[in-house]
Amino acid sequence: MSKGGDVVLLDFWASPFCMRVQIALSEKGVSYEARQEDLFGGKSELLLKSNPIYQKVPVFLHNGKPLCESTVIVGYIDETWTSPPLLPPCPYGRAQARFWADYIDKKLFDAVRDVVLSKGEATEAAKKELIEILKVLEGGLGERDFFGGKAFGFADIIAIPSTCWFLAAGKLGNFQVEAEFPKISGWIKRCMHKESVAKIIPDPEKIYEFVLMMRKMQGIDQ
Amino acid sequence: MANEVILLDFWPSPFGMRVRIALAEKGVKYEYRDEDLRNKSPLLLQMNPIHKKIPVLIHNGRPVCESLVAVQYVDEAWNDKSPLLPSDPYQRAQARFWADFVDKKIYDIGKKTWATKGEELEAAKKEFIDALKLLEVELGNKPYFGGETIGYVDVVLIPFYCWFYAYETCGNFSIEPECPVLIAWAKRCMQKESISESLPDQQKVYEFVLMMRKNLGIE
Repeated sequence: MSKGGDVVLLDFWASPFCMRVQIALSEKGVSYEARQEDLFGGKSELLLKSNPIYQKVPVFLHNGKPLCESTVIVGYIDETWTSPPLLPPCPYGRAQARFWADYIDKKLFDAVRDVVLSKGEATEAAKKELIEILKVLEGGLGERDFFGGKAFGFADIIAIPSTCWFLAAGKLGNFQVEAEFPKISGWIKRCMHKESVAKIIPDPEKIYEFVLMMRKMQGIDQ
Repeated sequence: MANEVILLDFWPSPFGMRVRIALAEKGVKYEYRDEDLRNKSPLLLQMNPIHKKIPVLIHNGRPVCESLVAVQYVDEAWNDKSPLLPSDPYQRAQARFWADFVDKKIYDIGKKTWATKGEELEAAKKEFIDALKLLEVELGNKPYFGGETIGYVDVVLIPFYCWFYAYETCGNFSIEPECPVLIAWAKRCMQKESISESLPDQQKVYEFVLMMRKNLGIE
């Protein structure tokens, strides 16, 4: 339940960064209003006013007070609505979770985007980079169920949304993400079993259609 | 249990300096080891196999990598004194936002002020000053970003101050006239032993930058 407060998310349905925030709010059982931004037609005044530095989604407003940057927002949600906790209680476990969240945040989506919004040699190069990153994640997951260990947590929330873009990356990069990375595959399935994740993550086919539209818009495809 | 703390670091690294400052603020005794980045130690490669970078904080044999992660770890593991992050969740989130801003902007753009020329240099100087001005607005009239005492954002940003002389000299510009409030903040920080003892002399940093410019073939 909302902790006596107004919770608004300036959102875009295909953005993995926005999905992170929605999943965190769902995990905590917090009611919120998601307002779709028209990123191509014209960003809202509220967005531009609340995020003057980056002018991007997601923007999270709690009782009118804005927060930007998805990992910062997820951390805030975890600290404000404390149950269930998204981070382990001990400092070292928390540091490990933050390390993985940082790696994933810096690397994963950029690599996916570079694969799907390119062509020819650039796509090949981007695909190599994505495969290297997925190898690191495969190794990092190891025998654990989640990046957080036994329980779904902070690092998993940061990572899982980018996976709905893997179908598009696979089709456009001509490779099979899930076949080549069995541990990541298993982890994706486990995450998607969670209601908070399944109800937020869009159908990868819809993401693929969106990507095709963006490619046309950017002149990558005719 | 014995508290064994080792920091794998490189003396001019602003990222390493952040962890030095955090440890000093908490009064933690640690062993400092300077790495030769052209010949990284087996310990560094073992403790940070993914990035192979410094700083790496090793606490009782367990590594913590990435400076922002390490500073937060130090804050939480030694939580008996000098809290770096505020207790209010919204203020903590704001502190993390600004630390992330520093990470996104200051190092990369700062590097362009000594590693580029011509139009690229001019654009970098403008972007750099603009970023510092945004930080000035965030600081406002507080003595520190953390308020009355040093906080997370102060620890994250102040290391770059010892690089300002190198940026200004190589890039041929002056920061103080554009950002007097920020420079006043930096000088105030340098009054604190935990900071002044953790930052190298700006002249040494400048000489290091000149050597890097030579290695990169920048005249």
